[in-house]
Amino acid sequence: MEESNLSEAVESSAASTSGSSRKKLSMPVRYLINAVLVAVFIVVGELMIGSGTITRYQTTVLEQVGIYILMAVSLNIATGYLGQLPLGHAGFMSVGGYSCALFIMHMQGTLGLTVRDFVTGSPAAVVLFCAGLLFGGVMAAICGLIIGIPALRLKGDYLAIITLGFAEIIRVVMLNIDGVLGFELTGGARGLTGIPSYTNFLNTFLVVVISLFLIHTMMKSRHGRAILAIRDNEIAAEASGVHTTYYKTLAFVVSAFFAGIAGGLYAGCIGVMAPAKFGFMKSIEILVMVVLGGMGSMLGSVLSATVLTILPEALRAFADYRMVVYAVVLIIVMVFRPQGLLGTYDFSLTGTLERVINGELPWRKPKKEVDEND
Amino acid sequence: MANAFCRRDFVKLSGISAVGLGAASILSACGGSGSSSSDTIKVGLMGPYSGDVAQYGLAVRKGAELYVKQLNADGGLDGKKIELDTQDEKGDATEAVNVYNKMVEGGVVGIIGDVTSTPSIAVAQVAAGDNMPLVSAAATAADFVSFGPNAFRACITDPYQGKLMADFAASQGFKTVATIYNSGGDYEKGVNDAFVARCKEIGLSVATEQGYQSGDVDFKGQLTSIIAVKPDAVLSPNYYQEDGQIVTQARQLGYTGAFLGADGWSNIVGGDQEYASAEDLEGCFYDCSFVIENESEDVQKFVKAFQDEYGEAPTNFCALGYDAAMVLLGGIKTALSKGVDLSSDDGRQAIVDGIAQGSVDGVTGTIKYDGSGDPVKPTLVITFEGGSQKVFDEVGA
Repeated sequence: MEESNLSEAVESSAASTSGSSRKKLSMPVRYLINAVLVAVFIVVGELMIGSGTITRYQTTVLEQVGIYILMAVSLNIATGYLGQLPLGHAGFMSVGGYSCALFIMHMQGTLGLTVRDFVTGSPAAVVLFCAGLLFGGVMAAICGLIIGIPALRLKGDYLAIITLGFAEIIRVVMLNIDGVLGFELTGGARGLTGIPSYTNFLNTFLVVVISLFLIHTMMKSRHGRAILAIRDNEIAAEASGVHTTYYKTLAFVVSAFFAGIAGGLYAGCIGVMAPAKFGFMKSIEILVMVVLGGMGSMLGSVLSATVLTILPEALRAFADYRMVVYAVVLIIVMVFRPQGLLGTYDFSLTGTLERVINGELPWRKPKKEVDEND
Repeated sequence: MANAFCRRDFVKLSGISAVGLGAASILSACGGSGSSSSDTIKVGLMGPYSGDVAQYGLAVRKGAELYVKQLNADGGLDGKKIELDTQDEKGDATEAVNVYNKMVEGGVVGIIGDVTSTPSIAVAQVAAGDNMPLVSAAATAADFVSFGPNAFRACITDPYQGKLMADFAASQGFKTVATIYNSGGDYEKGVNDAFVARCKEIGLSVATEQGYQSGDVDFKGQLTSIIAVKPDAVLSPNYYQEDGQIVTQARQLGYTGAFLGADGWSNIVGGDQEYASAEDLEGCFYDCSFVIENESEDVQKFVKAFQDEYGEAPTNFCALGYDAAMVLLGGIKTALSKGVDLSSDDGRQAIVDGIAQGSVDGVTGTIKYDGSGDPVKPTLVITFEGGSQKVFDEVGA
């Protein structure tokens, strides 16, 4: 799913004006290439897990990689594309996680499904899994809407603080809702336990791929361009007829929706939800992924989420120095690349292929215009 | 965002990331290459050794490592040395699950862990599917043992302590009791609720229950309401810092009756600082598994060995870690005597059976399991005399 966002649109229009002889891949071919690659990735992954080349420990870490990719990319909608700074992403993750887990746990009994069904993937379990994730996403989106409408009247620091406050409210609600309602729902401080492990490598990455595709297509559509216009200059966008309040809220809600889905996957992966895990630090952790990868770059979010999830596990032998290394990496990146590792650059596989077909290779001097959007 | 990303930067960056990834993969390969040979038995030890709850994890680790060291010095089990695979989970459920999977791949035959509640439950849920023997030193959450027959704990649970102190209050002839507890704490509320429920069953009158919030330091308001109902004893099932302040403030307000507490009181004397004076504590009681003042021979031997090893006195958690290691290795010993392959499914079952049917003489008392993962073991009731702690009574299982 590593396709470009903006640069491609800019580039193709530039290409069409500059030269007519440039060969282009047609849309079905582009989709086919990407779909085949995704299928190959998932099939190879599944085969390697099946044959034991990827161990169970590595599989769990991979699932977490998928979950954090989704978290980082969804936060990137609000941070990178919309240009706001929300600090409450973990709150949406917990809403989605709790809703999805509770939905699946309650429906599981009604439908008479066992944990085994989630492993074997019986049709009812698959439907329940999808419904649970959607339910989690929708609940998170509703929270995003409730928070977004008042919060997006503010900007910058003020927005950061209000979203931080709302995430704390969500956490405290999860902690105390049982006592207030008088019946067992979230389990309070003890946490929600006994969540069936419905998350596996296959469904995690299918969900991640579908989500990234949806986010990508949204960002390339008219709505996406409106959101980017708001980021670049809100007043100019409004003057050109972009309904800024609507699009800001839309981006925020979509961001919350996918965070909710990631939360649902997380609940199934770990099997326990405790409100304490969704505090301020979790939001910061995800924001760090986005900023490190480059705000506004989907590939950047994907890469940094992958590296920052695997790194602590790979550095397990040096556990004591892990946090120091982490901090030093962040400082170095922010000093030398304040725009993040990839900035707003996004990789387009088909775009690269087109360039190769047309003989525009990196080591050859470009003929006329300087193409800087590599 | 106007700064475009040029090719040269990209090449540089890919070079750097390739080196980074290569280094990371080498490191992870190094980490993963610890296979156990035939003359050692690999046992996992997990807990939080960094982060907010590290003090508990480290205390448990010291106790467990001491036991394994002693056992290895005595020749191990059937001539096989015990090798500990120690992993930090930072008090986080996600990391705990990763650590568990890593340990299983590393070929451990059983795990001593986890320490705090949420990560313990996460591990117990995964481990139930593998029937991996788990012995926790300190997971008091009721759910920990509910996922399968493979999970055991060395500590007593919060409800058990509440019930025990209610029975103790009755045996001391107290008629009216009151409670003051942290209403936002899992542990405090658990003990308090069980205490109150048991009091009602055995006919003690609970005059008032006063809650306070985490972080409070002034309890005079709650204590005034308690003193107004003239209770014979007050239950304060909190952590020692707050218990000390509660006792001191109650004495200042003129309350002379007894205070009852749970194992959160350990360290109230001889801890990091004095939270209540010796006179104020005189005649108070709390229940606990372990105190260094216990004159039993086993305990004194343990205290001496611990001091020789680490140069400090063991705490309740150290003793529980020591016993958790003893319980697990006791189970492994039984399984070895049956001659099964420990890493097979049968081996795991044999260890679980060995723990469930066996009995070990730990430093926190004789530990047996009666069909569940909760231990059946004696509990000490501690009192204070002239500023030092003293075992008042030993309540049987």
